[in-house]
Amino acid sequence: MEILVCVKRVPDTAENEFELNSAGNDLDRDDLVYSVNEWDNYAVEEAIQIVDNVGGSVTVVTVGDDESEEVLRREMAMGANNGVLLSDDAFEGSDGKGIAAILKAEIEKGRYDLILTGAQADEGAGQVGGMLAAMLDYPYASLVNKIEAVDDATIKVGREIEGGNQEMNEIQLPCVLSIQTGINEPRYVGIRGIRKVASVDIPVKGAGDLGIDAATVGDAGAKTKRVDYFVPDLGEGAEMLEGSTDEIIEKLIEKLKAKGGL
Amino acid sequence: MTQIFAYIPFKNGSAEDVALEFPAAAGKIDPTADLTAVVTGAGPDLDAVAQEMAKTYKEVIKISHADLAYPNAELVRKAMTDVLPHDAVILVPHDTFGMDLAPGLSVKMDAAYAADIVDFEGLDGTTLKMIRQELGGAVYTHVTSDISAGAVITIRPGSFAPIEAGSAGGTVNDKSGEVKDLAAKRKFLEVVEAEVGDVDITKSDVLVSIGRGIEDEENIELAQELAEAMGAVVSCSRPIVDAKWLEKSRQVGTSGQTVKPKVYMAMGISGSFQHLGGVKGNPFIIAVNKNPKAPIFQVADVGIVEDILEFMPELTEAIKSQ
Ligand SMILES: Cc1cc2nc3c(=O)[nH]c(=O)nc-3n(C[C@H](O)[C@H](O)[C@H](O)COP(=O)(O)OP(=O)(O)OC[C@H]3O[C@@H](n4cnc5c(N)ncnc54)[C@H](O)[C@@H]3O)c2cc1C
Ligand SMILES: Cc1cc2nc3c(=O)[nH]c(=O)nc-3n(C[C@H](O)[C@H](O)[C@H](O)COP(=O)(O)OP(=O)(O)OC[C@H]3O[C@@H](n4cnc5c(N)ncnc54)[C@H](O)[C@@H]3O)c2cc1C
Repeated sequence: MEILVCVKRVPDTAENEFELNSAGNDLDRDDLVYSVNEWDNYAVEEAIQIVDNVGGSVTVVTVGDDESEEVLRREMAMGANNGVLLSDDAFEGSDGKGIAAILKAEIEKGRYDLILTGAQADEGAGQVGGMLAAMLDYPYASLVNKIEAVDDATIKVGREIEGGNQEMNEIQLPCVLSIQTGINEPRYVGIRGIRKVASVDIPVKGAGDLGIDAATVGDAGAKTKRVDYFVPDLGEGAEMLEGSTDEIIEKLIEKLKAKGGL
Repeated sequence: MTQIFAYIPFKNGSAEDVALEFPAAAGKIDPTADLTAVVTGAGPDLDAVAQEMAKTYKEVIKISHADLAYPNAELVRKAMTDVLPHDAVILVPHDTFGMDLAPGLSVKMDAAYAADIVDFEGLDGTTLKMIRQELGGAVYTHVTSDISAGAVITIRPGSFAPIEAGSAGGTVNDKSGEVKDLAAKRKFLEVVEAEVGDVDITKSDVLVSIGRGIEDEENIELAQELAEAMGAVVSCSRPIVDAKWLEKSRQVGTSGQTVKPKVYMAMGISGSFQHLGGVKGNPFIIAVNKNPKAPIFQVADVGIVEDILEFMPELTEAIKSQ
């Protein structure tokens, strides 16, 4: 099975406290720590496990800038066979559809049976996979937490729906699936693993290589645009307990008693 | 004039809560817009929902087909693409079905797409300004969409105050005949119910709920000891279940359990909407988090900025010595 996994480099929510810049219209990006989108690690792990079982290869692809190469290397250290970076000034300012259109152009240059994305990324939209499938006229299933081979042309997938119930579907290949966390346990990548792939060549492709009309992607093609970042005034929020830990605990125990927590 | 269509999800013949939130959302997009409900399905359940919606919506479009009895997103997308005008604004809930349907629908409609919208700031010409969150709720953004060629927008359930169900006699228009070919490359098989665990967290009045801030499987003991001292039960956020540290039946959230405790202690939980979607009944929420900017502090009643790994054992001791 030839599998393509789309991955995105995102600010790590576990490692950062997000602040606005001095102008108050963007994140203060100076010291942000970036990593691979959490969901994408599950997608890459799943792809590697499928190929371990049935043969084939795993390619990881991202639309991004020079710095995005590091996330491709990380996924290759996990076991992906190939990496491709799609990068061009013309891609700047793309909306979800722009990103999907760029990925589509790359997919049409290859022959993939299965295309995986994460269920969502840092922006929380969960859009690229479904758009890509519709553009390719491939079937799609989102929030997949189980994949079983049926035969060469079909797979069975479970989608995680409300309440943790699982919706089972049969879907024809080639198809696009967005992967939900928990489907597997992504393997750990150590420094040694990263070192092994440090010098592997990762091709970079731009709009020209992909045959993309620059006017259809990037800012020019975007119907949806982010205007700014802001922190809303949401009223008071929580009553913050302050003081020494002992004092805080004393106040908390009073509150717990009053509210039926003790 | 803007035409807005709202896709109404339903179960067992009754519409989900979001059905009464769409009119509020549509009013914020354009108070003069024409709003139409869209229901797809089959049989008496579909008819019941269509009638229910006609009380609140002036017009209801009904699409009936045996293959739509279970909402397979690929088929619903085809039906909607055949029936609805392509320059309309289509509202869909941002839930597991909406995430399956909406991105592809926007491609087939050749329309703008905006996801998980929590508020609208109105229409300026054909530019619609909206509010959404990024980074798990840590920041908000304004986004604009050019809706001149239509738009597909998913709204976050619970973000728009529901209107009162009306008693107006709206009309139900059966447009089933306009649906062309419903052949699909994806076939629905069955729904497998989530496993029932040994503890029912929905029965507990007090929950000590742990999130990724617990850092390590070994540290779960600290939460168990605290829960024991309080006579509470341990629940958790999704990453704890993904890591297989606790069983799925302990997970609070839209893809886990819906709980209605009196007191909810969120320990090292950031406060994503999917997590909070499972916390109902307006409990007294206590949040302990080492990040003073964690979104959970916006919804908690009491907030404490501490490291839970140090705080929980101290709290346990203090409670025991009472
Ligand atoms: C070069 C570049 C410039 C951008 N400029 C702007 C800008 O000026 N204004 C603005 O508002 N937004 C900009 N964006 C953000 C862009 O709109 C988002 O990347 C896009 O909306 C998809 O992100 P998401 O978080 O919504 O993805 P989701 O749809 O939530 O992600 C789901 C999955 O889609 C796949 N995916 C998402 N993004 C990529 C990617 N880049 N490469 C490969 N796979 C991906 C991953 O598998 C991911 O798990 C830019 C992005 C890039 C890469
Ligand atoms: C379709 C879908 C359904 C989902 N369903 C659910 C669901 O049902 N339930 C659910 O929970 N999630 C669900 N999620 C995932 C959700 O989006 C979030 O990713 C998740 O809730 C985050 O969990 P968390 O708050 O524990 O982790 P994080 O967001 O990583 O937050 C950890 C927090 O702990 C704090 N922290 C770290 N260390 C410490 C310490 N030592 N002391 C104190 N604080 C510390 C950090 O500051 C941070 O605020 C779903 C996602 C999708 C896409």
